[in-house]
Amino acid sequence: MNKSQLIEALAKAENITLKKAEMVVNALFENMAEALVQQERIEIRGFGSFKVKEYSGYKGRNPKTGELIKVDGKRLPFFKVGKEMRDRVDR
Amino acid sequence: MALTKEKLISRMQTQVGLNKQESRTAVERVLDLMKETLARGDDLLISGFGKFSVRQKNARRGRNPQTRENLILRARKVVVFKTSGVLRNRINGLRD
Repeated sequence: MNKSQLIEALAKAENITLKKAEMVVNALFENMAEALVQQERIEIRGFGSFKVKEYSGYKGRNPKTGELIKVDGKRLPFFKVGKEMRDRVDR
Repeated sequence: MALTKEKLISRMQTQVGLNKQESRTAVERVLDLMKETLARGDDLLISGFGKFSVRQKNARRGRNPQTRENLILRARKVVVFKTSGVLRNRINGLRD
């Protein structure tokens, strides 16, 4: 399922216009994305939680050429599935 | 402070112009549709955000590190999330 299918499913389930459903879905993910950009945790009971992990940079080598390279630090979000969804997926 | 479902619901109200009840119902419904999709074993691809997919894990021998007891972890299905490149760049302060 992709985002537009999710929007259609929401419109149908809630009997609202596609336009409204699109606004809801876009606002939901944009709020979540913005929280992660601000390095804020997200906690949605029953669904899961997200948190941004920070990785420090290191000096590495290109394994092919042996060349010394600097790998920059990075931030990556981690998702931990909530109990309700974990159980529903693995029933 | 973490972003919770309550905050998402109240932000949705002002952003989309819904009343509290409509906003709550809509947010709960989206989350439920997402859970349903994954429970069916389908992937969920949200462009600009990321992809949730269901992965089948084989049974394996494990060990309780506290009691050092050997045990068998049964085969199971788990949800994994991969952040979209667009969001990863935003989080790292890069342009797309």
